[in-house]
Amino acid sequence: MTNKETSPAGNGKPKLAIYWAASCGGCEIAILNIGDKILAVDEAFEIVFWPCAADFKYEDVRNYPDHSIDLCLFNGAIRSSENEEMAHLLRQKSKVLVAFGSCAQEGCIPGLSNLTSASDTFRAIYMDNPSIDNPAATLPQTVTTVPEGELHIPVFYNTVRSLDQVVPVEYVIPGCPPEPPQIWAVLEAIVTGAPLPAPGSTVIGASHLAVCHECPLEKHEKTIERFYRPYEITPEPGLCLLEQGLMCMGIATRGGCGALCPRVGMRCEGCYGLLDGVEDQGANMISAIASVVNVGKPGDDEAELERRIGVAMDSIVDPAGTFYRFNMAHSLLHRVKTGNNGDVQNRGSETA
Amino acid sequence: MTSEPYTPVIVGFLCNWCSYRAADLAGTARLTYAPTMRPIRVMCTARVEPQFVIKALREGADGVLIAGCHPGECHYVEGNIKALRRYTLLKQMLRQFGIEEERVQIVWAAASESKVLADAVDQMTLTLQALGPLRWRQTVLNGHGAEQAVRESADVRRAALAAQEVEGER
Ligand code: SF4
Ligand code: SF4
Ligand code: SF4
Ligand code: FES
Repeated sequence: MTNKETSPAGNGKPKLAIYWAASCGGCEIAILNIGDKILAVDEAFEIVFWPCAADFKYEDVRNYPDHSIDLCLFNGAIRSSENEEMAHLLRQKSKVLVAFGSCAQEGCIPGLSNLTSASDTFRAIYMDNPSIDNPAATLPQTVTTVPEGELHIPVFYNTVRSLDQVVPVEYVIPGCPPEPPQIWAVLEAIVTGAPLPAPGSTVIGASHLAVCHECPLEKHEKTIERFYRPYEITPEPGLCLLEQGLMCMGIATRGGCGALCPRVGMRCEGCYGLLDGVEDQGANMISAIASVVNVGKPGDDEAELERRIGVAMDSIVDPAGTFYRFNMAHSLLHRVKTGNNGDVQNRGSETA
Repeated sequence: MTSEPYTPVIVGFLCNWCSYRAADLAGTARLTYAPTMRPIRVMCTARVEPQFVIKALREGADGVLIAGCHPGECHYVEGNIKALRRYTLLKQMLRQFGIEEERVQIVWAAASESKVLADAVDQMTLTLQALGPLRWRQTVLNGHGAEQAVRESADVRRAALAAQEVEGER
Protein backbone atom coordinates (compact mmCIF):
# COMPACT_ATOMS: atom_id res chain seq x y z
CA MET A 1 0.00 0.00 0.00
CA THR A 2 2.60 2.55 1.08
CA ASN A 3 4.58 3.91 -1.76
CA LYS A 4 7.84 5.38 -0.45
CA GLU A 5 8.39 7.50 -3.54
CA THR A 6 5.10 9.34 -3.40
CA SER A 7 4.10 9.29 0.26
CA PRO A 8 4.61 12.58 2.09
CA ALA A 9 8.23 13.06 3.06
CA GLY A 10 8.92 11.85 6.54
CA ASN A 11 10.44 14.85 8.30
CA GLY A 12 8.45 14.27 11.47
CA LYS A 13 6.24 17.34 11.15
CA PRO A 14 2.46 16.89 11.15
CA LYS A 15 1.10 16.97 7.63
CA LEU A 16 -1.34 19.63 6.49
CA ALA A 17 -3.62 19.65 3.45
CA ILE A 18 -5.82 22.54 2.30
CA TYR A 19 -8.39 22.00 -0.41
CA TRP A 20 -11.10 23.98 -2.16
CA ALA A 21 -14.22 22.42 -3.63
CA ALA A 22 -17.16 24.65 -4.73
CA SER A 23 -15.68 27.79 -3.21
CA CYS A 24 -14.92 31.39 -4.09
CA GLY A 25 -11.30 31.42 -2.94
CA GLY A 26 -12.08 33.73 -0.03
CA CYS A 27 -11.35 31.02 2.50
CA GLU A 28 -7.88 30.59 1.03
CA ILE A 29 -7.30 34.33 1.32
CA ALA A 30 -8.53 34.22 4.91
CA ILE A 31 -5.84 31.65 5.70
CA LEU A 32 -3.19 33.91 4.17
CA ASN A 33 -4.67 36.80 6.15
CA ILE A 34 -3.31 35.34 9.36
CA GLY A 35 -0.31 37.39 8.16
CA ASP A 36 3.21 36.48 9.13
CA LYS A 37 1.83 33.68 11.30
CA ILE A 38 1.63 31.74 8.06
CA LEU A 39 5.39 31.27 8.52
CA ALA A 40 4.71 29.60 11.85
CA VAL A 41 2.23 27.33 10.08
CA ASP A 42 4.87 26.44 7.51
CA GLU A 43 7.34 25.79 10.30
CA ALA A 44 5.00 23.60 12.30
CA PHE A 45 3.42 21.64 9.45
CA GLU A 46 4.57 19.98 6.34
CA ILE A 47 2.20 21.08 3.59
CA VAL A 48 1.38 18.02 1.52
CA PHE A 49 -1.50 19.35 -0.60
CA TRP A 50 -2.68 22.90 -1.29
CA PRO A 51 -3.71 23.34 -4.93
CA CYS A 52 -4.32 27.07 -4.53
CA ALA A 53 -0.78 27.78 -3.34
CA ALA A 54 1.50 24.95 -4.42
CA ASP A 55 1.74 22.51 -7.27
CA PHE A 56 0.27 19.24 -6.07
CA LYS A 57 -1.73 16.84 -8.19
CA TYR A 58 -4.71 14.74 -7.18
CA GLU A 59 -2.58 11.76 -8.10
CA ASP A 60 -0.11 12.69 -5.32
CA VAL A 61 -2.92 12.50 -2.76
CA ARG A 62 -4.15 9.18 -4.14
CA ASN A 63 -0.70 7.77 -3.55
CA TYR A 64 -0.43 8.92 0.08
CA PRO A 65 -1.10 6.21 2.66
CA ASP A 66 -4.51 6.32 4.32
CA HIS A 67 -4.74 8.61 7.37
CA SER A 68 -1.32 10.04 6.61
CA ILE A 69 -2.54 13.65 6.49
CA ASP A 70 -2.79 14.89 10.07
CA LEU A 71 -5.02 17.88 9.37
CA CYS A 72 -7.06 18.73 6.30
CA LEU A 73 -8.81 22.09 6.03
CA PHE A 74 -11.51 21.62 3.41
CA ASN A 75 -13.29 24.71 2.12
CA GLY A 76 -16.05 24.81 -0.46
CA ALA A 77 -19.34 23.02 -0.90
CA ILE A 78 -20.08 19.80 -2.77
CA ARG A 79 -21.54 20.88 -6.10
CA SER A 80 -20.02 18.47 -8.61
CA SER A 81 -18.83 14.89 -8.87
CA GLU A 82 -15.25 16.17 -8.64
CA ASN A 83 -15.99 17.88 -5.31
CA GLU A 84 -17.56 14.69 -4.04
CA GLU A 85 -14.69 12.51 -5.17
CA MET A 86 -12.17 14.80 -3.44
CA ALA A 87 -14.24 14.81 -0.26
CA HIS A 88 -14.07 11.01 -0.13
CA LEU A 89 -10.38 10.93 -1.05
CA LEU A 90 -9.37 13.50 1.56
CA ARG A 91 -11.53 11.80 4.18
CA GLN A 92 -9.72 8.55 3.48
CA LYS A 93 -6.28 10.15 3.65
CA SER A 94 -6.83 12.45 6.65
CA LYS A 95 -6.84 11.88 10.37
CA VAL A 96 -8.68 15.11 11.11
CA LEU A 97 -10.94 16.59 8.46
CA VAL A 98 -12.24 20.11 9.09
CA ALA A 99 -15.16 21.72 7.26
CA PHE A 100 -13.52 25.11 6.87
CA GLY A 101 -15.81 28.04 6.23
CA SER A 102 -19.50 28.37 5.52
CA CYS A 103 -19.47 26.64 2.11
CA ALA A 104 -18.07 23.42 3.57
CA GLN A 105 -20.09 23.76 6.76
CA GLU A 106 -23.53 24.58 5.36
CA GLY A 107 -23.45 25.22 1.61
CA CYS A 108 -23.19 29.00 1.86
CA ILE A 109 -23.74 31.07 -1.32
CA PRO A 110 -23.34 28.08 -3.68
CA GLY A 111 -26.06 26.38 -1.61
CA LEU A 112 -28.51 29.11 -2.59
CA SER A 113 -28.80 27.37 -5.93
CA ASN A 114 -30.79 24.72 -4.07
CA LEU A 115 -33.56 27.29 -4.56
CA THR A 116 -33.49 26.37 -8.23
CA SER A 117 -32.42 23.39 -10.33
CA ALA A 118 -29.30 22.51 -12.28
CA SER A 119 -31.14 22.87 -15.57
CA ASP A 120 -32.48 26.32 -14.62
CA THR A 121 -28.97 27.30 -13.63
CA PHE A 122 -27.60 26.18 -16.99
CA ARG A 123 -30.42 27.98 -18.75
CA ALA A 124 -29.63 31.19 -16.88
CA ILE A 125 -25.88 30.99 -17.49
CA TYR A 126 -25.61 29.59 -21.01
CA MET A 127 -28.88 30.60 -22.71
CA ASP A 128 -30.77 33.50 -21.18
CA ASN A 129 -27.73 35.45 -20.13
CA PRO A 130 -27.87 38.84 -21.94
CA SER A 131 -24.13 38.79 -22.58
CA ILE A 132 -24.19 35.36 -24.21
CA ASP A 133 -24.90 34.36 -27.79
CA ASN A 134 -25.20 30.60 -27.95
CA PRO A 135 -26.93 29.65 -31.22
CA ALA A 136 -25.76 26.04 -31.06
CA ALA A 137 -27.18 25.76 -27.52
CA THR A 138 -23.86 24.47 -26.29
CA LEU A 139 -24.02 23.30 -22.69
CA PRO A 140 -21.43 21.54 -20.56
CA GLN A 141 -21.62 17.84 -21.37
CA THR A 142 -20.11 15.27 -19.08
CA VAL A 143 -18.84 13.26 -22.05
CA THR A 144 -17.71 14.75 -25.33
CA THR A 145 -16.29 12.82 -28.23
CA VAL A 146 -13.40 14.42 -30.09
CA PRO A 147 -11.18 12.91 -32.80
CA GLU A 148 -8.63 11.98 -30.12
CA GLY A 149 -11.17 10.13 -28.00
CA GLU A 150 -13.63 10.85 -25.21
CA LEU A 151 -13.36 13.83 -22.89
CA HIS A 152 -14.96 13.74 -19.45
CA ILE A 153 -15.80 16.64 -17.19
CA PRO A 154 -17.37 16.40 -13.72
CA VAL A 155 -21.13 16.13 -13.33
CA PHE A 156 -22.83 19.31 -12.14
CA TYR A 157 -25.26 18.09 -9.49
CA ASN A 158 -28.81 19.27 -9.07
CA THR A 159 -28.30 19.84 -5.35
CA VAL A 160 -25.47 21.45 -3.40
CA ARG A 161 -24.43 19.67 -0.22
CA SER A 162 -22.24 20.54 2.71
CA LEU A 163 -19.09 18.52 3.34
CA ASP A 164 -20.59 16.66 6.31
CA GLN A 165 -23.55 15.60 4.17
CA VAL A 166 -21.05 13.60 2.12
CA VAL A 167 -18.42 12.38 4.61
CA PRO A 168 -18.11 12.66 8.39
CA VAL A 169 -15.96 15.54 9.62
CA GLU A 170 -14.26 15.99 12.98
CA TYR A 171 -14.58 19.78 13.23
CA VAL A 172 -16.28 22.77 11.69
CA ILE A 173 -14.78 26.25 11.54
CA PRO A 174 -17.65 28.58 10.63
CA GLY A 175 -17.64 31.87 8.75
CA CYS A 176 -17.70 33.28 5.24
CA PRO A 177 -14.83 33.32 5.50
CA PRO A 178 -13.63 32.38 8.99
CA GLU A 179 -11.98 35.35 10.68
CA PRO A 180 -8.16 35.13 10.57
CA PRO A 181 -7.69 35.51 14.36
CA GLN A 182 -10.08 32.58 14.84
CA ILE A 183 -8.19 30.53 12.23
CA TRP A 184 -4.93 31.24 13.97
CA ALA A 185 -6.38 30.39 17.38
CA VAL A 186 -7.37 26.96 16.08
CA LEU A 187 -4.06 26.31 14.29
CA GLU A 188 -2.11 27.48 17.32
CA ALA A 189 -4.05 25.13 19.56
CA ILE A 190 -3.28 22.26 17.20
CA VAL A 191 0.39 23.21 16.88
CA THR A 192 0.87 23.46 20.64
CA GLY A 193 -1.03 20.24 21.21
CA ALA A 194 -3.74 21.94 23.29
CA PRO A 195 -6.70 19.62 23.85
CA LEU A 196 -9.48 19.98 21.28
CA PRO A 197 -13.13 19.32 22.08
CA ALA A 198 -14.56 15.89 21.27
CA PRO A 199 -14.81 15.42 17.49
CA GLY A 200 -18.05 14.96 15.54
CA SER A 201 -18.94 17.99 13.40
CA THR A 202 -17.89 20.03 16.46
CA VAL A 203 -17.78 23.79 15.98
CA ILE A 204 -14.42 25.34 16.86
CA GLY A 205 -13.04 28.82 16.28
CA ALA A 206 -16.32 30.55 17.11
CA SER A 207 -18.50 31.61 20.02
CA HIS A 208 -21.41 29.76 21.60
CA LEU A 209 -23.44 32.95 21.86
CA ALA A 210 -25.24 34.95 19.21
CA VAL A 211 -23.71 37.80 17.19
CA CYS A 212 -25.95 40.20 19.18
CA HIS A 213 -23.89 39.32 22.23
CA GLU A 214 -20.76 40.73 20.55
CA CYS A 215 -22.55 43.67 18.98
CA PRO A 216 -21.86 47.03 20.58
CA LEU A 217 -24.97 48.71 19.16
CA GLU A 218 -27.47 49.94 21.70
CA LYS A 219 -30.46 47.65 22.13
CA HIS A 220 -33.95 48.44 23.35
CA GLU A 221 -37.18 46.54 23.31
CA LYS A 222 -37.81 45.88 19.65
CA THR A 223 -41.10 46.98 18.16
CA ILE A 224 -40.96 46.95 14.38
CA GLU A 225 -43.86 47.78 12.10
CA ARG A 226 -42.20 46.82 8.86
CA PHE A 227 -38.81 45.97 7.36
CA TYR A 228 -36.61 47.99 5.04
CA ARG A 229 -34.00 46.98 2.52
CA PRO A 230 -30.59 48.53 3.19
CA TYR A 231 -30.93 51.13 0.41
CA GLU A 232 -34.28 52.37 1.71
CA ILE A 233 -33.10 53.90 4.97
CA THR A 234 -29.96 55.30 6.52
CA PRO A 235 -29.70 53.70 9.92
CA GLU A 236 -29.22 55.85 12.97
CA PRO A 237 -25.63 55.24 14.12
CA GLY A 238 -25.11 53.41 17.40
CA LEU A 239 -28.57 51.82 17.46
CA CYS A 240 -29.46 48.16 16.89
CA LEU A 241 -30.20 47.72 13.18
CA LEU A 242 -33.01 45.24 13.69
CA GLU A 243 -34.87 47.78 15.83
CA GLN A 244 -34.66 50.13 12.89
CA GLY A 245 -36.28 47.60 10.58
CA LEU A 246 -33.17 46.22 8.87
CA MET A 247 -33.21 42.43 8.67
CA CYS A 248 -30.21 41.83 10.91
CA MET A 249 -29.62 38.09 11.35
CA GLY A 250 -27.37 38.57 14.38
CA ILE A 251 -30.16 37.38 16.59
CA ALA A 252 -30.17 33.91 14.95
CA THR A 253 -26.46 33.65 14.11
CA ARG A 254 -23.49 32.27 15.99
CA GLY A 255 -20.97 34.83 17.13
CA GLY A 256 -17.25 34.61 16.67
CA CYS A 257 -16.66 37.33 14.12
CA GLY A 258 -16.93 40.10 16.70
CA ALA A 259 -20.12 41.42 15.05
CA LEU A 260 -18.06 42.82 12.19
CA CYS A 261 -20.99 43.85 10.01
CA PRO A 262 -23.33 45.64 12.46
CA ARG A 263 -20.30 47.49 13.80
CA VAL A 264 -20.05 49.26 10.46
CA GLY A 265 -23.77 49.70 9.96
CA MET A 266 -24.38 46.63 7.81
CA ARG A 267 -26.91 44.06 8.91
CA CYS A 268 -25.51 40.64 9.85
CA GLU A 269 -26.32 38.26 7.01
CA GLY A 270 -25.80 35.15 9.11
CA CYS A 271 -22.47 33.79 7.85
CA TYR A 272 -21.37 32.16 11.10
CA GLY A 273 -24.31 29.81 10.81
CA LEU A 274 -26.87 28.57 13.26
CA LEU A 275 -26.68 28.63 17.02
CA ASP A 276 -26.12 25.63 19.29
CA GLY A 277 -29.31 23.64 19.82
CA VAL A 278 -30.96 25.04 16.68
CA GLU A 279 -31.61 22.74 13.74
CA ASP A 280 -32.73 25.28 11.20
CA GLN A 281 -31.43 28.84 10.99
CA GLY A 282 -34.32 30.14 8.88
CA ALA A 283 -36.96 28.73 11.22
CA ASN A 284 -35.08 30.23 14.13
CA MET A 285 -35.06 33.62 12.42
CA ILE A 286 -38.80 33.45 11.72
CA SER A 287 -39.39 32.80 15.43
CA ALA A 288 -37.24 35.75 16.37
CA ILE A 289 -38.95 38.06 13.90
CA ALA A 290 -42.42 37.16 15.17
CA SER A 291 -41.32 38.42 18.56
CA VAL A 292 -39.99 41.76 17.35
CA VAL A 293 -42.71 42.69 14.87
CA ASN A 294 -45.19 44.67 16.88
CA VAL A 295 -48.24 44.41 14.68
CA GLY A 296 -51.60 43.12 15.92
CA LYS A 297 -53.20 43.38 19.36
CA PRO A 298 -55.36 40.84 21.18
CA GLY A 299 -58.48 43.01 20.76
CA ASP A 300 -58.20 43.35 16.96
CA ASP A 301 -60.83 42.02 14.62
CA GLU A 302 -59.64 38.64 13.26
CA ALA A 303 -59.66 39.57 9.58
CA GLU A 304 -58.02 42.93 10.25
CA LEU A 305 -55.38 41.20 12.34
CA GLU A 306 -54.51 38.85 9.51
CA ARG A 307 -54.38 41.71 7.05
CA ARG A 308 -52.08 43.88 9.15
CA ILE A 309 -49.69 41.03 9.91
CA GLY A 310 -49.70 40.08 6.22
CA VAL A 311 -48.70 43.62 5.26
CA ALA A 312 -45.85 43.69 7.80
CA MET A 313 -44.49 40.34 6.63
CA ASP A 314 -44.85 41.31 2.97
CA SER A 315 -42.17 43.92 3.55
CA ILE A 316 -39.68 41.05 3.85
CA VAL A 317 -38.32 40.45 0.38
CA ASP A 318 -37.13 36.92 -0.43
CA PRO A 319 -37.41 35.31 3.02
CA ALA A 320 -35.83 31.99 1.95
CA GLY A 321 -32.84 33.67 0.32
CA THR A 322 -32.43 35.99 3.31
CA PHE A 323 -32.85 33.58 6.20
CA TYR A 324 -30.87 30.81 4.52
CA ARG A 325 -28.32 33.03 2.78
CA PHE A 326 -25.61 30.74 4.15
CA ASN A 327 -27.48 27.76 5.53
CA MET A 328 -29.63 26.54 2.65
CA ALA A 329 -27.87 23.23 2.04
CA HIS A 330 -27.98 22.47 5.75
CA SER A 331 -31.57 23.58 6.25
CA LEU A 332 -34.13 20.95 7.18
CA LEU A 333 -35.85 21.23 3.80
CA HIS A 334 -32.46 21.24 2.00
CA ARG A 335 -33.74 22.34 -1.40
CA VAL A 336 -36.87 23.37 -3.29
CA LYS A 337 -39.23 20.90 -4.82
CA THR A 338 -38.87 20.62 -8.59
CA GLY A 339 -41.23 19.06 -11.09
CA ASN A 340 -40.30 16.19 -13.39
CA ASN A 341 -38.96 18.61 -15.96
CA GLY A 342 -36.70 20.26 -13.41
CA ASP A 343 -38.74 23.43 -13.29
CA VAL A 344 -39.22 24.83 -9.86
CA GLN A 345 -42.85 24.59 -8.88
CA ASN A 346 -44.65 27.42 -7.19
CA ARG A 347 -41.84 29.83 -7.67
CA GLY A 348 -43.84 31.81 -5.21
CA SER A 349 -44.80 35.40 -5.00
CA GLU A 350 -42.99 38.35 -6.49
CA THR A 351 -40.67 38.00 -3.53
CA ALA A 352 -39.12 34.82 -4.90
CA MET B 1 -50.82 17.01 -9.71
CA THR B 2 -51.27 13.35 -9.06
CA SER B 3 -54.71 12.52 -7.80
CA GLU B 4 -54.22 8.91 -6.77
CA PRO B 5 -56.46 8.38 -3.74
CA TYR B 6 -54.42 8.49 -0.59
CA THR B 7 -55.02 9.26 3.06
CA PRO B 8 -53.16 12.42 3.94
CA VAL B 9 -51.28 12.72 7.21
CA ILE B 10 -51.95 15.95 9.10
CA VAL B 11 -49.87 16.82 12.12
CA GLY B 12 -52.09 18.89 14.40
CA PHE B 13 -50.62 21.17 17.05
CA LEU B 14 -53.52 21.82 19.43
CA CYS B 15 -53.53 24.38 22.22
CA ASN B 16 -54.18 22.81 25.60
CA TRP B 17 -56.65 25.49 26.67
CA CYS B 18 -59.03 25.43 23.74
CA SER B 19 -58.51 23.36 20.60
CA TYR B 20 -57.29 20.26 22.40
CA ARG B 21 -60.47 20.43 24.47
CA ALA B 22 -62.44 21.01 21.30
CA ALA B 23 -60.96 17.78 19.94
CA ASP B 24 -61.86 16.04 23.18
CA LEU B 25 -65.39 17.33 22.95
CA ALA B 26 -65.64 16.19 19.33
CA GLY B 27 -64.91 12.72 20.67
CA THR B 28 -67.42 12.75 23.52
CA ALA B 29 -70.02 14.31 21.23
CA ARG B 30 -69.33 11.50 18.74
CA LEU B 31 -68.71 13.86 15.85
CA THR B 32 -67.56 12.04 12.73
CA TYR B 33 -64.63 13.59 10.88
CA ALA B 34 -61.67 12.47 8.83
CA PRO B 35 -59.22 10.34 10.84
CA THR B 36 -56.24 12.08 9.27
CA MET B 37 -54.94 14.26 12.10
CA ARG B 38 -52.25 13.21 14.57
CA PRO B 39 -52.92 15.57 17.47
CA ILE B 40 -50.05 16.94 19.53
CA ARG B 41 -50.95 18.92 22.62
CA VAL B 42 -49.03 22.14 23.22
CA MET B 43 -49.56 24.66 26.00
CA CYS B 44 -50.23 27.48 23.54
CA THR B 45 -49.93 28.03 19.77
CA ALA B 46 -46.94 30.21 20.62
CA ARG B 47 -45.13 26.98 21.56
CA VAL B 48 -45.26 25.86 17.93
CA GLU B 49 -41.87 26.81 16.61
CA PRO B 50 -41.54 27.09 12.82
CA GLN B 51 -38.92 24.38 13.14
CA PHE B 52 -41.62 21.93 14.35
CA VAL B 53 -43.73 22.63 11.29
CA ILE B 54 -40.82 22.28 8.89
CA LYS B 55 -39.71 19.09 10.57
CA ALA B 56 -43.18 17.57 10.32
CA LEU B 57 -43.29 18.35 6.58
CA ARG B 58 -39.82 16.95 6.07
CA GLU B 59 -40.49 13.77 8.00
CA GLY B 60 -43.63 12.71 6.18
CA ALA B 61 -46.59 14.94 7.03
CA ASP B 62 -48.66 16.10 4.07
CA GLY B 63 -49.93 19.08 6.03
CA VAL B 64 -49.73 20.80 9.41
CA LEU B 65 -52.71 22.27 11.26
CA ILE B 66 -52.14 24.71 14.10
CA ALA B 67 -55.23 25.20 16.25
CA GLY B 68 -55.62 27.63 19.13
CA CYS B 69 -57.71 30.13 21.00
CA HIS B 70 -59.36 33.03 19.22
CA PRO B 71 -57.32 36.24 19.20
CA GLY B 72 -58.02 38.01 22.47
CA GLU B 73 -58.68 34.74 24.30
CA CYS B 74 -55.18 33.29 24.53
CA HIS B 75 -54.38 32.04 28.03
CA TYR B 76 -51.04 33.85 27.72
CA VAL B 77 -52.65 37.04 26.35
CA GLU B 78 -51.01 37.27 22.94
CA GLY B 79 -49.32 33.93 22.30
CA ASN B 80 -51.64 33.25 19.42
CA ILE B 81 -50.87 36.61 17.83
CA LYS B 82 -47.22 35.72 17.89
CA ALA B 83 -48.18 32.36 16.39
CA LEU B 84 -50.08 34.11 13.61
CA ARG B 85 -47.06 36.28 12.81
CA ARG B 86 -44.78 33.25 12.63
CA TYR B 87 -47.24 31.32 10.56
CA THR B 88 -47.76 34.19 8.09
CA LEU B 89 -44.04 34.55 7.45
CA LEU B 90 -43.41 30.81 7.45
CA LYS B 91 -46.02 30.31 4.74
CA GLN B 92 -44.43 32.99 2.58
CA MET B 93 -41.13 31.21 2.91
CA LEU B 94 -42.48 27.70 2.34
CA ARG B 95 -43.97 28.88 -0.93
CA GLN B 96 -40.45 29.54 -2.15
CA PHE B 97 -39.61 25.91 -1.43
CA GLY B 98 -42.47 24.76 -3.64
CA ILE B 99 -44.71 23.85 -0.68
CA GLU B 100 -48.30 24.85 -1.39
CA GLU B 101 -49.82 27.38 1.02
CA GLU B 102 -52.70 25.07 1.91
CA ARG B 103 -50.36 22.56 3.47
CA VAL B 104 -49.95 24.70 6.56
CA GLN B 105 -53.11 26.12 8.12
CA ILE B 106 -54.13 27.85 11.28
CA VAL B 107 -57.59 27.72 12.84
CA TRP B 108 -59.08 29.31 15.95
CA ALA B 109 -61.30 26.82 17.79
CA ALA B 110 -62.49 27.52 21.34
CA ALA B 111 -63.06 24.64 23.79
CA SER B 112 -66.73 24.55 22.83
CA GLU B 113 -66.12 24.70 19.07
CA SER B 114 -65.62 21.01 18.36
CA LYS B 115 -67.49 21.40 15.09
CA VAL B 116 -65.15 24.17 13.91
CA LEU B 117 -62.14 21.95 14.52
CA ALA B 118 -63.73 18.86 12.94
CA ASP B 119 -64.72 20.89 9.88
CA ALA B 120 -61.22 22.31 9.57
CA VAL B 121 -59.76 18.78 9.58
CA ASP B 122 -62.31 17.60 7.01
CA GLN B 123 -61.67 20.58 4.76
CA MET B 124 -57.92 20.27 5.01
CA THR B 125 -58.11 16.55 4.25
CA LEU B 126 -60.00 17.26 1.02
CA THR B 127 -57.53 19.97 0.06
CA LEU B 128 -54.54 17.71 0.70
CA GLN B 129 -56.16 14.92 -1.25
CA ALA B 130 -56.47 17.26 -4.21
CA LEU B 131 -52.87 18.40 -3.85
CA GLY B 132 -51.46 14.89 -3.61
CA PRO B 133 -48.89 13.59 -1.15
CA LEU B 134 -45.87 15.68 -0.19
CA ARG B 135 -43.33 12.89 0.56
CA TRP B 136 -40.48 15.35 1.06
CA ARG B 137 -37.96 12.71 2.02
CA GLN B 138 -38.60 10.48 -0.96
CA THR B 139 -39.08 13.12 -3.62
CA VAL B 140 -36.85 16.00 -2.59
CA LEU B 141 -34.20 14.73 -0.20
CA ASN B 142 -33.64 11.57 -2.16
CA GLY B 143 -30.17 11.80 -3.68
CA HIS B 144 -28.37 14.84 -5.00
CA GLY B 145 -29.77 14.53 -8.48
CA ALA B 146 -26.64 13.70 -10.45
CA GLU B 147 -28.47 11.68 -13.07
CA GLN B 148 -31.35 14.07 -13.09
CA ALA B 149 -29.02 17.00 -13.69
CA VAL B 150 -27.36 15.29 -16.65
CA ARG B 151 -30.69 14.30 -18.14
CA GLU B 152 -32.14 17.74 -17.66
CA SER B 153 -29.22 19.62 -19.14
CA ALA B 154 -29.72 17.53 -22.28
CA ASP B 155 -33.41 18.52 -22.15
CA VAL B 156 -32.54 22.20 -21.87
CA ARG B 157 -30.35 21.91 -24.95
CA ARG B 158 -32.99 20.08 -26.97
CA ALA B 159 -35.64 22.60 -25.96
CA ALA B 160 -33.41 25.52 -26.92
CA LEU B 161 -32.61 24.04 -30.32
CA ALA B 162 -36.27 23.24 -30.96
CA ALA B 163 -37.23 26.81 -30.03
CA GLN B 164 -34.66 28.12 -32.51
CA GLU B 165 -36.06 25.95 -35.29
CA VAL B 166 -39.52 27.33 -34.69
CA GLU B 167 -38.05 30.81 -34.70
CA GLY B 168 -36.20 30.06 -37.96
CA GLU B 169 -39.32 28.77 -39.74
CA ARG B 170 -41.23 31.93 -39.02
S1 SF4 C 1 -17.18 30.27 2.91
FE1 SF4 C 1 -17.32 32.29 1.93
S2 SF4 C 1 -15.17 32.90 1.68
FE2 SF4 C 1 -15.18 30.68 2.03
S3 SF4 C 1 -15.23 29.77 -0.02
FE3 SF4 C 1 -17.36 29.94 0.70
S4 SF4 C 1 -18.08 31.87 -0.17
FE4 SF4 C 1 -15.85 31.91 -0.25
S1 SF4 D 1 -27.70 45.18 15.19
FE1 SF4 D 1 -28.01 43.01 14.76
S2 SF4 D 1 -26.36 41.99 15.84
FE2 SF4 D 1 -26.52 44.06 16.72
S3 SF4 D 1 -27.89 43.81 18.46
FE3 SF4 D 1 -29.17 44.40 16.72
S4 SF4 D 1 -29.87 42.45 15.86
FE4 SF4 D 1 -28.14 41.98 17.19
S1 SF4 E 1 -21.77 39.99 11.49
FE1 SF4 E 1 -22.85 38.22 10.64
S2 SF4 E 1 -22.51 38.31 8.42
FE2 SF4 E 1 -21.02 39.69 9.41
S3 SF4 E 1 -19.17 38.44 9.67
FE3 SF4 E 1 -20.37 38.26 11.56
S4 SF4 E 1 -21.67 36.45 11.31
FE4 SF4 E 1 -20.89 37.03 9.29
S1 FES F 1 -53.35 29.55 25.11
FE1 FES F 1 -54.52 28.85 23.40
S2 FES F 1 -53.43 29.89 21.81
FE2 FES F 1 -52.38 30.68 23.55
